[in-house]
Amino acid sequence: MADKSVEMPEGYGGEGFFATSLAQAVGKARANSLWPLPFATSCCGIEFMATMGANYDLSRFGMERLSFSPRQADLLMVMGTIAKKMGPVLKQVYTQMAEPKWVIAVGACASSGGIFDTYSVLQGIDKVIPVDVYVPGCPPRPEQIIDGIMKIQELVRNEPARRRYSAEYQHLMEKYQIG
Amino acid sequence: MHLSNDILLAAIEQQLPGVVLSHEESYGMLTLETTREQIIPILEFVKNDANLQVNFLTSLCGIHYPDQPGRELGVVYHLQSMRNNFRFRIKIFFSIDDPIVPTATTVWLAANWMERETYDFYGVLFTGHPNLKRILNVDDLDVFPMRKEYKLEDGTRTDKDDRFFGRDGHEGQLLE
Repeated sequence: MADKSVEMPEGYGGEGFFATSLAQAVGKARANSLWPLPFATSCCGIEFMATMGANYDLSRFGMERLSFSPRQADLLMVMGTIAKKMGPVLKQVYTQMAEPKWVIAVGACASSGGIFDTYSVLQGIDKVIPVDVYVPGCPPRPEQIIDGIMKIQELVRNEPARRRYSAEYQHLMEKYQIG
Repeated sequence: MHLSNDILLAAIEQQLPGVVLSHEESYGMLTLETTREQIIPILEFVKNDANLQVNFLTSLCGIHYPDQPGRELGVVYHLQSMRNNFRFRIKIFFSIDDPIVPTATTVWLAANWMERETYDFYGVLFTGHPNLKRILNVDDLDVFPMRKEYKLEDGTRTDKDDRFFGRDGHEGQLLE
């Protein structure tokens, strides 16, 4: 039977101990136990429901426990059309999440407004919050959503330990007037 | 009681002579036109009359015809008698410079949200409305989006390349 456990990080080990960098160990732990917040608004939310179902199963990636409270979530998954009236609400939800947090924009509407180039639709959630991964599609198939999730996992795994305190990150947050 | 277009028209004419400016039947459905001064008496009459029993305000919406000077804005009331299985519609028109209409919330509570929507999108001011403010758009929007002069597309886009939407200056020309 194939070994289904996570790869060992690089390090030096011996009898009863293993030395590696904290960032690598923590990164691996975080990547395989993300708690997503499904901010599902429209059709992409239905595709997400399919992705969470048994056939495509996001639980394989450690995302068994969805959180609808932003305080307890790591990954904000915005799936669906966000209206301009919803923009401040989305920003509020993002602000309430604790660091470290990541954002994935699933679908054309969340990425860029999609087919709805109108006065009432926010033309991409990156107008209000910083986004890590965009998954294009209308709607994207579950396989594509999983691909996006795996890219988020790669970002999480390789994140430097002090990234959230760096000047570049502070500048990003100031640009969006968050925090 | 069997209601038909003629019976309804006759009943309104008998009770409120002269309020119906014109009427027509589109696909069998009766459409009356009246003025904003007379709309509330008509609504009250059809609701309270024991024979007509028009008990349901199905919809209330606005409309904008920029090509009718003096009658640009309109409000359309869709009414229904569930008891008698009968539907009809009433339209009122008024100038866009003076978009003031008495509220129908005194007759039907359902008009509350629908009049807020009509205000939000057409700028029609309903006097006597308990809470006339925007309902579907953002509160600080300063235009009325469904008026014909307002474009559908978002005006704040910075990254849209018109060439990909067929707008490169050659609209209307045949392909060579």
